[in-house]
Amino acid sequence: MSHYANIAVSVLFDGLAYAMFLFITSVGLSVTMGLMNFVNLAHGAFAMAGGYVVVSLTRSLGIDFVPSLAFAAVAVGAASVPFERYLYRRLYKATDLEQVLLTIGLAFIAIASFTYFYGPIPKSVPLPDWLQGDVNLGFRAFPTYRAFLIAVGAALIAVLWYAFERTNIGAKIRAAVDNRRMAESVGINVDRLFTLTFALGSGLAALGGGLAIQLFGLTPSFAVIYLVLFLIVVAVGGLGSLKGTLLAALVIGIIDTGGKYVFPVAGNLFIYAVTVIVLLIKPAGFYGRE
Amino acid sequence: MAGNEISAAATTSVAARAQATGFLARRHYVRWPEALPWLIAIACFFLFPDRMTFGSQVLVMVIFALSLDLILGYAGIVTLGHAAFFGIGAYVVALAFLRLGWSEPISGIILGGLVAGLIGAAVGWFILHYRGLTLLMLTIAFAATLQESGNLRSDITGGYDGLPGLSFDPLLGIFQYDLYGHTNYLYALAVLAVIFFFVRRIVYSPFGQALTGIRENVRRMNAIGSPVHRRLVTVYAISAAIAGVAGGLFTQTNAYVTLTVFDFDFSAKVMVMLILGGTGRLYGAFLGAFVYMVMEDNLSKFSPTFWQLGIGLLLVFAVLFARRGLAGWVEDVGHDLRRWVKR
Amino acid sequence: MNAGAPATLEVQKLNCSFGALHVTRNVDLTLERGARRALIGPNGAGKTTLVNLITGVLLPTDGRVLLDGADITATTQAFRARRGIARTFQINQLFRGLTVLENICMTIGERDGHCNNLWRPAGARQAVIDEALGHLESLRLVDDALKLVRELPYGRQRLVEIAVALAQKPRVLLLDEPAAGVPSSESHLILDVVAALDPDIAILIIEHDMDVVMRFAREITVLVQGAVLTQGKPADIMADEQVRAVYLGQARGAGGGGHG
Repeated sequence: MSHYANIAVSVLFDGLAYAMFLFITSVGLSVTMGLMNFVNLAHGAFAMAGGYVVVSLTRSLGIDFVPSLAFAAVAVGAASVPFERYLYRRLYKATDLEQVLLTIGLAFIAIASFTYFYGPIPKSVPLPDWLQGDVNLGFRAFPTYRAFLIAVGAALIAVLWYAFERTNIGAKIRAAVDNRRMAESVGINVDRLFTLTFALGSGLAALGGGLAIQLFGLTPSFAVIYLVLFLIVVAVGGLGSLKGTLLAALVIGIIDTGGKYVFPVAGNLFIYAVTVIVLLIKPAGFYGRE
Repeated sequence: MAGNEISAAATTSVAARAQATGFLARRHYVRWPEALPWLIAIACFFLFPDRMTFGSQVLVMVIFALSLDLILGYAGIVTLGHAAFFGIGAYVVALAFLRLGWSEPISGIILGGLVAGLIGAAVGWFILHYRGLTLLMLTIAFAATLQESGNLRSDITGGYDGLPGLSFDPLLGIFQYDLYGHTNYLYALAVLAVIFFFVRRIVYSPFGQALTGIRENVRRMNAIGSPVHRRLVTVYAISAAIAGVAGGLFTQTNAYVTLTVFDFDFSAKVMVMLILGGTGRLYGAFLGAFVYMVMEDNLSKFSPTFWQLGIGLLLVFAVLFARRGLAGWVEDVGHDLRRWVKR
Repeated sequence: MNAGAPATLEVQKLNCSFGALHVTRNVDLTLERGARRALIGPNGAGKTTLVNLITGVLLPTDGRVLLDGADITATTQAFRARRGIARTFQINQLFRGLTVLENICMTIGERDGHCNNLWRPAGARQAVIDEALGHLESLRLVDDALKLVRELPYGRQRLVEIAVALAQKPRVLLLDEPAAGVPSSESHLILDVVAALDPDIAILIIEHDMDVVMRFAREITVLVQGAVLTQGKPADIMADEQVRAVYLGQARGAGGGGHG
């Protein structure tokens, strides 16, 4: 391959992996914000918690990486249910500001707690052999872990797409996002839908957090550092839209990777520029509703 | 008897009218409890002469929180990027000194405020067409863009290491700065007093009334013909200017500035201070900034983790049980006291 | 613009659709100076939608809205309000956290441009307060002047909603079910106040209560499924076969009339 084509392929590949991480972690936030109209700034904390569960399972209990990921997703998803039912539910009718403040407060509590138990030093996870090194995809070798991340992302996209478009529950969720009162009057149990969607979203966030450890390392501040990024993906993609989150994740993932490669000093400038441009043209995001 | 009923109705009506007129007409009068924060501030000068550098920072944060109260507490604009204007003011003062030799302090902060205000008007004109998450993200993105751009040109801004070695002329040519920050404290207090005077007038003016209307029910404001967007841009520009003055004062009292003035954390911090103190009450800014800074100074040195836990718990508690903040609590206590005294 | 002069509001071939839902169909309506018109029709006929189109809350997909012959179809709500179009909402839109008096003072303040003033205290404008109290007096709200709107019973809040619209000194007044939720002991107040208004003001009332309609209206427009079924004098409308079919069909629960 020519030199530039090689670089382009690398950027695309890394960007795609990054986009998959963004998608997996943000899709839950997009759906719950679109469905419940609730600004949940503690979403990053669920991702962070998922990461630490994986760390504990792999390091302290010696469980393999992939099963740990699955367990973390389920555990955090289940643990998020009491939060939704007993705390968040009280604020569905509250102002945006109150929701922002409550969930930021929760995020702080989470960060402080995890710092107390795990300490502030970055953690890593031991990867199984088959996830290390490179994998040869025919024309080129690629880092195996990132290929794994892309594969997981693609599989999840397929599963989520099927669940949303082809199942009963998916239809109910889409209906409720579209018009909650109508959905209620048609007999859909919106309360249970909220809890289910929230648990799913938090579980996916935990999965994303676990997957991110190898890429970014894990500290308790993960909860707020990456929160802005998740919010950007959600705002740019449009609340409540699977397609939108995916498109936004791809755009941001690839532009950021490419930008940092070509012009590393600019840092996150490209992401913010994209955000401003998209929001000024389409304030509700790519596939958001006014 | 019909005649008595009519005259009785007329009397209540007249009395009600007089009461209503009186209430509104006198609302903007200065009441004696308003002197308290100022007395306390002056008392601190004599009681804690060795903590005056810290004291100046508290006053800077009060001014910053006040600017946020105008847009958040009165107009209802939710922003997590107000540090952008603080930072603009801070850097205008620093760069004016380094590049133009501008060392006169008072005109320096006025310049910082003006530049921040103009940029606030321009940015506000664009983004205030939006609400909710979109607006929130735009405010965050603007502050972050400024920070990243500043980092890009760290040759000018000094990056995250900052611009040291700033020094300013004595105030009004007379008052020298001393090592203990005494002059700075009184300087900051004077600036706060001037700013507060203007903000108070705005809040009690018909314009301030309109802001409350926009916050309470923007649909109604549109239906009665209010130029909502223009009002929002105006208050946003004024708020940006005040934040810029706070930033300029920050640079002058620290003789130093770094890109951390644009931090998302900083925008969130000033919002927490204001919520803690209570929005829409002007004095909430005083209370919140003071309490937060004092607690942070004492507790976070002890253990930053516990400090963060404390703030988190405080926020959750405030939202669930004390939505009107400390100032609201003080008001309630004052209310109860008055009723108790009347008995 | 001469703010005091009587106005004519015209709606020509107005259409509004939301995707496949065609909520307003080819509506022609004129509110001439001094009009006293009632807009009636079954639930879901699109009466509030029509008012929203006239005031600028919604923009039509086709057709025009004219004020004194000038095309205002593409203008904002605030623009139309400043040209003298005032309305009440079906569900009260008030400043619930403020006192009744402040609600009215705010309206007058915006009307006369006081709210552009950042310097003089709002309380110093005695004329505004006096005028506001005058409006409250006509609706017997003076005793509630210093109460927060959200502390009032719904019926009294409705009266405040009317007071706000009147405080705009409108040339065209659109009332959306003004008496709904007001206890019958006080609903006559609304009609008395409306009856006492400047005869040159053009008034459109959406109402379900036929007594109110018959007392107030000189002209009636019947709206069914977004389209004008018929317009005319009250006596003619009451005798009209089609109108009776629409309403009787509703009452019997049979197919006639629409639940659009």
